Amino acid sequence: MKKSPVITVVAIGIGAALFFVLGRFVSIPTPVPNTNFSTQYGLLGFMAGLFGPLAGLLIAFIGHALIDFSYGWGIWWSWVIASGAAGLIMGLAAKKLCLSSEPFDAKKALTFNIFQVVAQIIAWGLIAPIFDIIIYAEPANKVFTQGLVAGLSNIVTTAVIGTLLCFAYSKARPAEGSLKKE
Amino acid sequence: MTTFDTRLLAALAVLAFVLMAVSRIRISDVKILFWFSFVFMVLNNVLIFLFSPEHGCSIYGSRTEICHLFLRYYLVNEQLFYQFNVVLKYLATIPVVIVFVSTTDPSEFASSLNRIGISYKIAYSVSLALRYIPDIQREYHDISNSQQARGLEMASRKQSLIKRLKNAVMMIFPLIISSMDRIERIANAMELRGFGKDRKRTWYSARPFRVSDYIAIAVCILMLAASIALNFINGGRYFNPFAL
Amino acid sequence: MSENVIEFRNFGFKYAAQAEPTLYDINLTIKKGEKVLICGPSGCGKSTLVHCMNGLIPASYPGQATGELLIDGKSFRDLDIFSISKTIGTVLQDADAQFIGLTVGEDIAFALENDRVPLDEMKKRVREAASLLGVDDYLHHAPHELSGGLKQRVGFAGVLVDDVSILLFDEPLANLDPATGKTTMELIDEIHQRTGDTVIIVEHRLEDVLHRDVDRVILMDEGRIISDCTPARLLSSNLLIETGIREPLYITALKYAGISITEDIEPQRIETLSLDVGQRETVRSWYRSAPVEQQAVSEEIVIEARDLGFTYDNGHTALTDIDIAIRKGEMMSIVGKNGAGKSTFAKILCGFEKPQHGGIYLNGKDMSGLSIKERAKHIGYVMQNPNQMINKSMIRDEVGLALVLEGKLTREQIDERVDEVLGICGLYPYRNWPISALSYGQKKRVTIASILAMGPQVIILDEPTAGQDYRHYTEIMEFLRELNSRGITIVLITHDMHLMLEYCNRAVVLSGGRKIADTACEAVLADSEVVEKARLKETSLSTLAQLCGIDDPQDFIRRFISMDREVRDQRRTV
Repeated sequence: MKKSPVITVVAIGIGAALFFVLGRFVSIPTPVPNTNFSTQYGLLGFMAGLFGPLAGLLIAFIGHALIDFSYGWGIWWSWVIASGAAGLIMGLAAKKLCLSSEPFDAKKALTFNIFQVVAQIIAWGLIAPIFDIIIYAEPANKVFTQGLVAGLSNIVTTAVIGTLLCFAYSKARPAEGSLKKE
Repeated sequence: MTTFDTRLLAALAVLAFVLMAVSRIRISDVKILFWFSFVFMVLNNVLIFLFSPEHGCSIYGSRTEICHLFLRYYLVNEQLFYQFNVVLKYLATIPVVIVFVSTTDPSEFASSLNRIGISYKIAYSVSLALRYIPDIQREYHDISNSQQARGLEMASRKQSLIKRLKNAVMMIFPLIISSMDRIERIANAMELRGFGKDRKRTWYSARPFRVSDYIAIAVCILMLAASIALNFINGGRYFNPFAL
Repeated sequence: MSENVIEFRNFGFKYAAQAEPTLYDINLTIKKGEKVLICGPSGCGKSTLVHCMNGLIPASYPGQATGELLIDGKSFRDLDIFSISKTIGTVLQDADAQFIGLTVGEDIAFALENDRVPLDEMKKRVREAASLLGVDDYLHHAPHELSGGLKQRVGFAGVLVDDVSILLFDEPLANLDPATGKTTMELIDEIHQRTGDTVIIVEHRLEDVLHRDVDRVILMDEGRIISDCTPARLLSSNLLIETGIREPLYITALKYAGISITEDIEPQRIETLSLDVGQRETVRSWYRSAPVEQQAVSEEIVIEARDLGFTYDNGHTALTDIDIAIRKGEMMSIVGKNGAGKSTFAKILCGFEKPQHGGIYLNGKDMSGLSIKERAKHIGYVMQNPNQMINKSMIRDEVGLALVLEGKLTREQIDERVDEVLGICGLYPYRNWPISALSYGQKKRVTIASILAMGPQVIILDEPTAGQDYRHYTEIMEFLRELNSRGITIVLITHDMHLMLEYCNRAVVLSGGRKIADTACEAVLADSEVVEKARLKETSLSTLAQLCGIDDPQDFIRRFISMDREVRDQRRTV
C-alpha cells in the first residue's frame, strides 16, 4: 500500500463506512439491548492494526455514531466513546504488527489479541458503564453486566474475525519483490 | 448533559417536541426511527427494573412501598419516579436527534465540524464516510449474494457461533480487499487535487451564520447554565420530591 | 516559457519494492497545445509514466528515478505533487474514486477548497466549469444519481476548474458504453480546441480514441517507448499486432482483403480513409470469396423467462414484459446501456431478487420455489471483478469451497472434482499456488472454476473483460469459448460490441427495462434505432462495407468475423 498522510484520512472515512455497513447489516443480535455479536469490531481490530491508533479511534467513533444516528436513538454517547477508546488501544498494536510489510504469524496473532482484549476490557468494562452512570444515572449492576456481556461477545468476535482478517490480508498481499509490473 | 432534574427534563422534552413540530418533518418519514427508539426505551427500562428494582431508593434516600410484586421485586414510589425521569430523558433527546438526522444536509455537516474547531482532515473523513456508505453497502449486497450462491451462510442457527463468525469473515473478506484498493485510489485522487497542502481549507457548502443561528446558540448556553444552576440548587443532579 | 511542456530525457524508474525497473530510456517531448495518445498493453509502464508526470511518483510510490524529467522547464526533482497539480490536471480511470464530493457542486469545487478560494469566487468558478461540461443542472445531485458519462464529466469539470494547462486522461474509456465513449472523445476534443491546453490521453482502446484526431501516438511495450509517430504512420506499420494492441477493425479487414496500409490512404480514421476504385474492388472481391461459418444452434431451451416484471422497493421499475429464451449450449449476450435492466435480469435468474410478475423456467420447470443456493447448482453467476468473489488464499480451497460448504461429498470426492475443474480451466499446474500470485486473467479463471465446481448448466458472466487489454481479453474469451464447446451454456452481460460480435451467436437488447431486440449480433448493430437506444455504436466495418459499395454490411461483418477467427486460431497454434 502507498504511504502518504492522505491515506490515513481516507482510511478513516472508508473504515467508518465499512464499520457502519457491517454494524447495520452483518450483526447477530443478542437478547441484551445495546449488545450484538458485532462483526464491525473484528473489522476495527484489523483496520486499527493496519492504520494505527488515530485511525482506530476515529473509525470506531464516527462509525458507531453514524450507526446510532441511523437508528434515531439519542446517540448512546457512553458507548460511542467506549468504541473510540477500543479502536485507539487496538491501534497501538499497529507498530508491532507491521501488517502492510511483514507476514502475520502466530506470534503476531498473540500480540494482536493481547491488545484487543485489553482494549475491550477497558472500553466495555470501564468506560462504557462509567459514562452510563454519569450521563444516564443508570444502576451500576445493570451497566456493568451489560458491559461484561458486550465486552465478552466483542472479544470473541474480534478474536475470530479480526485475527482471521489479518491472516487473510497478509496472505492476499503480494509479497515484496514479486509485484506485478503494473 | 448529566442532569436528572425532573422539571428541566420535562421542559426540555416539551421543547424537543416543539422543535420536532416546527421542523416540518413528516411523521411517516421518521416513524421507523421512533419505533426503534421506543422499543429501545422500553427494553432499557425493563432491564433497569430487573437489575435494580430499588435504584430509586438509593438515589432519593427514602422508600415508599406500594405493594409486593414477585420474588424480590416491589413496586416502590421512588423507583417509579426514577424510571419516569429516565423516560423523560429519552423524550428530551430522541426527538432532537431525529430532527438533527432529518434536517442536516450531509454536505454541510463536515464544514460545520471544521468550523467548530475540528481539524478539516477529520471533518473530511466524516464526509468521505457519508459519501461512500451507499457504494460500500451496494458492494456488500452484491458480494453477499454471490457468496450465498456458493452456499455460504452466516445467520443459520444450525451452525455453531464460531462457525458463523468464520463464515462472516469469508463473506466480508472480498469487501475488505476491495476497500483497501478503494482507499488507495481515493487518496490518489485527493492528493492530485491538492488535498492536505495547507493547514486550512474553505468549504463550498459552508453556510454563513445568521441571526437565528446566534439565537439558537444562546438558547443552548442558557439551558446548559440552567442545568448547572439546578445542580447547585438541588445539591446534586436529582430533583428530590420525596425530601420536600 | 519553453515550448516543451513535458520533456523526459533518458528517464528510467524502478519501484522500491521491485527488482527490475519499470521504465527504461524514456525520451519523450510533448509540446504546448499538443494532443497525444499514450498506448500500450497492460504492464507496459504507461501507468507508471502517468504517475511520474502527475507527481504521484515519488510522493506516494517510492522508487528510484534516473535521467531527467522537465515539467514546464522545471526538473521534477524540484517539484512536489501539489505544485505539479497546478500545471497538470489528472482525471483518473475510476470515476467513483475521482468523485470525492457528496454532490456534483462540492466535487467540482474540491481543488478550489484546498486552495482556500473564497466562497463567492468558488461558486462562480464552479458554475463556469459546470456549464462548460454541461453538468450545471446537476449541481445538487449525488454521485449515485448520475450515469457513468455524467460522472466522468463531473470529473473533467473538477480538473478544469483549476486553470491547469496540461490535461492527463488515464483510461477515459474504461467502463463506458460505446456511445458514451464516443461522446467522451468528442468532449475531450472540444475541450482541447476551446482551451488550447495540452492533452495527454492514456488508453489501450486505439480505434475508439482515434474517433477524433490526435497529433501523435506514443506506443509503449515492456517499459520502453517503441514508437512515437502520427496515427497514420503507426497504422501503416505492424507494430500494433506485435505489441498486442487491437488494430481498428477496418484496418484488419483491409489487410485481410490484401490491401497494404500506407499513409497515402489516410488510415487514421474511417472517415478520412480514401480508397481508390481498384482498392474498393479488391475489398469487394475478397468479400465475395470469403467463406462464412455456419453455426448450428440447438433449439432446446434450457432457461426461459416468461413475462417477467420487476420493480425495486424504491418504486423503480427495472423490468417489464420480458420474455427471453436461452438455448442449450449457446453463447449469447445481453446488451444495453447501464440501467437498462441487464443486471436485474441476471439477479432474478440467480434468485437474488424475486420478480413480482412472471417467472423463470429451467428445462420447463418453474424455479420460483428454489433458493439462491439451489439455483446456483443450475445457473452460475460470475461477478465482474474477481477480487469481489475470492475469499480463500489458496486456489484449491477457493475452487472447492462450495462443495465443502455443501458437505455432501467426501474429501476425496471433492479433491477429484476440484482437480477435474482445474484441468478444464488450465489451472491444474497452479493448483497449490496462493491466489495472490496470479494475474487478473488467472484470478478470473479461478472464479469461473469455483462456479464450475458446482456443476451448473448455464454460466452468466457480468462484463467478463471490462478494463482488459486485447491480450487478456482474448485469453478470457477464448477460454469461455472452450467451455462453451464442452456444452456449457454461456450468457454474457456486456456493452462491448466486439465481444458480442466475435463470440456470440445472438444478442438480446434491453432498453428501459424492455426487450427491444433479440436477434443475430450483426443484425442488432445494423438496426440504427436499436443501436441508439442501447447506446451501442455502428462498427467501422459496416462503414467500410458502405464505402466499398457492398450492400449487405451484415453479411460483410459475418464474413469478416469468420475470417478473423480463422486467422487468430492459426496465429495461436503457431
